[in-house]
Amino acid sequence: MASHYEAPIRKPLVLGDKGYHDVTVDIAAPVEGKANKQWWIVFSIALVAFLWGLGCIIYTVSTGIGTWGLNKTVGWAWDITNFVWWVGIGHAGTLISAVLLLFRQKWRMAINRSAEAMTIFSVVQAGLFPIIHMGRPWLAYWVLPIPNQFGSLWVNFNSPLLWDVFAISTYLSVSLVFWWTGLLPDFAMIRDRAVRPFQKKIYALLSFGWSGRAKDWQRFEEVSLVLAGLATPLVLSVHTIVSFDFATSVIPGWHTTIFPPYFVAGAIFSGFAMVNTLLIIMRKVCNMEDYITIQHIELMNIVIMLTGSIVGCAYITELFVAWYSGVEYEQYAFLNRATGPYWWAYWAMMTCNVFSPQFMWSKRLRTSIMFSFAISIVVNIGMWFERFVIIVTSLHRDYLPSSWTMFSPTFVDIGIFIGTIGFFFVLFLLYARTFPVIAQAEVKSIMKSSGERYKKLREAGKPLYQINKLALSNETVTEQVAEASVEESDAQVSSLLGTLGTFDAENDTADDLKKVKGIGPQMEATLNQIGIFTFAQVSRMTEKEYNLLDSITGSFPGRAQRDDWAGQANTLNNNK
Amino acid sequence: MYTFSNRLKIASFILMAVGALGIGIGFISAPSTVEEAKAIVASHSDGHGDAHGAAEASHHTTDAHGDTHGVAEAHGEGHHDAAHDEHQLHQLQNKPWSALYVAAFFFFMIALGVLAFYAIQRAAQAGWSPLLFRVMEGITAYIVPGGVIVFVILVLSAMHFNHLFVWMDADVVAHDALLQGKKGYLNPTFFLIRAAIFLAGWIFYREYSRKLSIAQDNSDDNSNFKKNFRAAAGFLVFYLVSESMMSWDWIMSVDPHWFSTLFGWYVFASMFVSGITVIAMVTIYLKSKGHLEDVNNSHIHDLAKFMFGISIFWTYLWFAQFMLIWYADIPEEVTYYVTRINDYRLPFFGMIVMNFLFPLLILMNSDFKRMNWFVIMAGTVILSGHYLDIFNMIMPATVGDKWFIGIPEISSVLFFAGLFIFWVFRALTKQPLQPTRNPFIGESKHFHY
Repeated sequence: MASHYEAPIRKPLVLGDKGYHDVTVDIAAPVEGKANKQWWIVFSIALVAFLWGLGCIIYTVSTGIGTWGLNKTVGWAWDITNFVWWVGIGHAGTLISAVLLLFRQKWRMAINRSAEAMTIFSVVQAGLFPIIHMGRPWLAYWVLPIPNQFGSLWVNFNSPLLWDVFAISTYLSVSLVFWWTGLLPDFAMIRDRAVRPFQKKIYALLSFGWSGRAKDWQRFEEVSLVLAGLATPLVLSVHTIVSFDFATSVIPGWHTTIFPPYFVAGAIFSGFAMVNTLLIIMRKVCNMEDYITIQHIELMNIVIMLTGSIVGCAYITELFVAWYSGVEYEQYAFLNRATGPYWWAYWAMMTCNVFSPQFMWSKRLRTSIMFSFAISIVVNIGMWFERFVIIVTSLHRDYLPSSWTMFSPTFVDIGIFIGTIGFFFVLFLLYARTFPVIAQAEVKSIMKSSGERYKKLREAGKPLYQINKLALSNETVTEQVAEASVEESDAQVSSLLGTLGTFDAENDTADDLKKVKGIGPQMEATLNQIGIFTFAQVSRMTEKEYNLLDSITGSFPGRAQRDDWAGQANTLNNNK
Repeated sequence: MYTFSNRLKIASFILMAVGALGIGIGFISAPSTVEEAKAIVASHSDGHGDAHGAAEASHHTTDAHGDTHGVAEAHGEGHHDAAHDEHQLHQLQNKPWSALYVAAFFFFMIALGVLAFYAIQRAAQAGWSPLLFRVMEGITAYIVPGGVIVFVILVLSAMHFNHLFVWMDADVVAHDALLQGKKGYLNPTFFLIRAAIFLAGWIFYREYSRKLSIAQDNSDDNSNFKKNFRAAAGFLVFYLVSESMMSWDWIMSVDPHWFSTLFGWYVFASMFVSGITVIAMVTIYLKSKGHLEDVNNSHIHDLAKFMFGISIFWTYLWFAQFMLIWYADIPEEVTYYVTRINDYRLPFFGMIVMNFLFPLLILMNSDFKRMNWFVIMAGTVILSGHYLDIFNMIMPATVGDKWFIGIPEISSVLFFAGLFIFWVFRALTKQPLQPTRNPFIGESKHFHY
């Protein structure tokens, strides 16, 4: 961010009279506090759903996938529908973190952390389906290109299903690295605030020893940009390859060239809907209304409207070109979708995905929280139906009319789907209690340009850095630790005062040493105890004195030097 | 205020004059009888030798006009030869028309691509780009003459002055069940009505938005800016639909049996990247003449990033369309690429090198994206590559294997380049080159990245 200038007509992204320290406190609050009753209720429901799904998975694996509703004609149904649905939901996270980063969209900073968490958790759900669909998942290693004695068994590199394995595992790895990179400074923030040693230890491990030096930040920014560059083609590639699972075939309704970009648009569409669902609840439960504002919800609604319209354009293109092509099988496939036995699924899809987002053209509706929440659920449902329509309606009318059939799910199909939803929420709820749910380090980087307090100060023509009061209260907390370690090493003290000069209470007046950045009331007391009262004394400090001081106080080694107390004191002394 | 330099004006006139001369020569030297066509083909074959013969062999199975062949073949060998000769005559007569159409569409597409980019900047409330709005408005001015010329060519096609669109020929349709099925959509009247609606919509938005953009500078509130924001959102909806249909009508229907759902978005990628490239080139030119004083190399960097990114996006769509058709290998669809790979190998694969490999390697480095001459050089290659892309979309259907980049093709490009330069730079002289009261102009001026 090169300049803090922002056009006055832009609305603030951080509401309220928030300074930097407020951001820290607000975002650490859910992690440092205790879970409330609602959290436990929702968590229990999710856990029950997850356990039910787990039971269904165990039943499937031990009995065989005959427990599902699949038949000879419809050999793919809920399993792959759920898989594509979950992978699609994952797309918004990467889009928000990578693509919006490249487009320098500051509003992404309040939502990227949770969106990326959602990505990872939903890809985990998606990954379950191919594994359990294998029937005998303990033989999963057969798909790996390893030397074997099973005869002609070999990996089918021609199959888009295999490309999917590579695409999605790459996606998961890069998303995870991207997510964790962003988390490092935030974990370090929680580590530095942690009171109990166990938590300190855990967050120290999670933050990979983040120190906050300039070099750390510089590497952080570089890595973020490189990962964003890598992740952007990845977002496109993942759902493109998912679409290849269908489009490389010669099945009417599946083989159509618009599938790759249209699947990607649909994935972003459903992903943003899920982000909206989650964040509208989370901002309320975690008191994040000042960070995830109505404006954020509005912007997400606009993305939903845009991608929904692109998807709608693709639906109509498919319909038109099916007619235009003159290929009777294509024509029948689409006629059957709209008017055949699964007409209700088709029209559910059309209503939820194409018509419902059009409400977002109204400013009043897209800034209404309840309405946004409702639409986000509707879109999630619609996008599930889209996959169901594409998969089942294209299969259930085989080329041989004698094998025409319908698909009906068994309780196991339903149980596994519900179970993944439960698993997803279990993961997300655990995340919301243990992770900083907003990328506070990034939010702080836009405070000066987009925080409401700073916008107001700028408009009023006041300086932006009157935050002494807050900084002081922060110092008291941290420096209490230092207090105990002041030891009577008289020899050291006298050698220190020898070079700095002694304070003569009759001729000199004591300065307010707290004006030096890095010296708090406690440190001032310590210095006074040693015999340092004036800026002049502090300004004479060199590396030797700093080290001596460190050994006397025993706290914050190197800090005085880093903050350049001597330089600061010199300036303050001259301006006295 | 920018004044159109005399040197540039004269250069544009020379381009137009030379181009018009070449186009004339192209039309005059096209054969008017079967005998002339035979003579041209004979002399042409001698020069080209074996490669041409091989291409000829595949020509029978893959030609877009295959159905007229199919009918002819049933009547026996002698008749077939005559039909074949006449077909060759049509292809050769099409050649100057196709050259004209490809170039006319290419330059029109640049203006339309810029219009889409401009509308996106407005709808997204981008802060970096308002300084470039007048440049974009200047380029979109060409949408009026460019659109009118394309429309005139389409009208002339419907009046049977050429055979660019076989489905306009009632005889062909009478013998072709597939084309009869599409008659409700592919018929000259409806075709021209659609074209008129699309052009009217695009021109209307361009003129309306330009008017509001200028009014904003002279008013004392932001009402014009807000109206422009709404107009941009509305236009983008219209554009999303009309651009796809336009590409089916004006381009895909030259191969009337072939279809691809992705086609509209693929053409969009082509026009978008060409448009952005031209914005960068015009900006760099004006900057080099001392105008646009607040535009810095961060703006150029951003434009070059778009050139890089959209080039990759184009490749993505190209690959998606190609790979799915190649992989499924359905005869009705794959014929499109078989023709191109057999008869158009060099332009087909050359275009991928120019539109993908070259920008990928050249524009990867961020320092290069800030160097003006580098952006101009990369832009020249990208524009040539996208001309070839349009060439590859039209020519295989209209002239078959009789393609050649000769006098008619080069002259058409020169003529439209001259007209484009003349019209765009004349439009740029009309208003100050930098907007003053756009609410985001401050962000654009402070833009450093």
